[in-house]
Amino acid sequence: MSELTELASAEALFASLKTQMASSIAFDAKLVGVYSGGAWIADRLKTELHGEHEVGYIDVSFYRDDLSTAGLKPTVRSTQIPFSVEGAHIVIVDDVLFTGRSIRAAINTLFDYGRPATIQLAVLVDRGGRELPIAADYVGEARLVAADQMLALERSDEGRFSFKLEPWTR
Amino acid sequence: MLSKRNLQLNEHGELHHLLAIEGLPKRILERILDTAESFVGVNEREVKVVPLLRGKSIFNIFFENSTRTRTTFEIAAKRLSADVVSLDVARSSTSKGESILDTIANLTAMHADMFVIRHASSGAPYLIAQHAAPHVHVVNAGDGRHEHPTQGLLDVFTIRKYKKEFNNLTVAVVGDILHSRVARSQIHALTTLGVPEIRVVGPQTLLPTEIERLGVRVFTSLDEGLKGVDVVTMLRLQNERMNGALLPSASEYFSRYGLTPQRLALAKPDAIVLHPGPMNRGVEIDSTVADGRQSVILPQVTYGIAVRMAVMAILAGATR
Repeated sequence: MSELTELASAEALFASLKTQMASSIAFDAKLVGVYSGGAWIADRLKTELHGEHEVGYIDVSFYRDDLSTAGLKPTVRSTQIPFSVEGAHIVIVDDVLFTGRSIRAAINTLFDYGRPATIQLAVLVDRGGRELPIAADYVGEARLVAADQMLALERSDEGRFSFKLEPWTR
Repeated sequence: MLSKRNLQLNEHGELHHLLAIEGLPKRILERILDTAESFVGVNEREVKVVPLLRGKSIFNIFFENSTRTRTTFEIAAKRLSADVVSLDVARSSTSKGESILDTIANLTAMHADMFVIRHASSGAPYLIAQHAAPHVHVVNAGDGRHEHPTQGLLDVFTIRKYKKEFNNLTVAVVGDILHSRVARSQIHALTTLGVPEIRVVGPQTLLPTEIERLGVRVFTSLDEGLKGVDVVTMLRLQNERMNGALLPSASEYFSRYGLTPQRLALAKPDAIVLHPGPMNRGVEIDSTVADGRQSVILPQVTYGIAVRMAVMAILAGATR
């Protein structure tokens, strides 16, 4: 892992992620984006990958384990899973993989909708720092990010991705 | 003494207790409504439970009976995975002479995290909030004639669901305004959310003096009050009001203030009808209206659970 000194080109990472997924995921794999960055990525993967990929969105706020210390997020989006999870091949999509707690929460959310056949994980950046035994199946790039920094995905009006480094807030 | 407003908010300006709508800023009301929107989705799933409040203990303490409100608070707490205990206080220690604060102190010693309080005396939840341990949250589930904030919130949530915006609405609240904590909470919520015209409609004997100070228009004629409105809230006429000098009889009341299809036709064609329940059919509302296409009375009950889940989730996440 190299340390992130300059901002990764999010578009290049997206292209790399897409190439890896194109050769591996099931034709009818469902894409579930974690709000908000993961939802944007899932939307673009749906249009740019071959196959019949239905898309869902998860807000993990109701499944987080830090309510007592961090409180409820000011804006909670509605989780939308418009397909049957039962027996489905699902790829959870997120922008940055860090502690793994959001992904744990996303997996728990999915299981409250049914029993998927498989769940995989696709992320643009794996920044290390895992606190749970979680690993991604598709990774745009593994990059270390300083502990007091946060990598935030942004989307332009034209739908193009870029990363911004921000001070860690929570 | 702390002001009502300070008591409800913590030092970060977050909601710590929900005691009244009056004094709550718009951003807090909107946050509750937006969060409730996400809980509506949870309630439509096969598994209607999220693990958010796992390990938290919520005590419903109803010093005054209300099966429906208590049940919806219980369901809301259970769907958040909290441990919930409902106390029928009429049959417990208070009837043996224990004070409210001693009851609360004992339950706090059992590691309560939140109290949901219904009391016949206005202000009882304030008393409890003032003396509660710092980590404990209090929700007012109706106190005397004062407020019923979660009812007011579920009313405005329902209105927003059907009407989308508040800033172009005319809302009529009809019936026993004088004794109604529901009316008071709803009027404060509508005002804060920017509803330009709120009307109160009822017989003079059931309108509080100086109600105009809340910024409402007063009507004693139902026909006049309903003209062109987008939303009609019918209040329950409590039977005990009939016995006093306030009203002649139920049938007399219905003939002047009962909502019939003919009267509802004076409102806008797409007007919706709310009622906090339980309804007295044939007293304040005609069955045809209660069961008609403009009635949103049962959706109110459904949304009430999502709204109460949102309130409990936000409170449990606030620290002091």
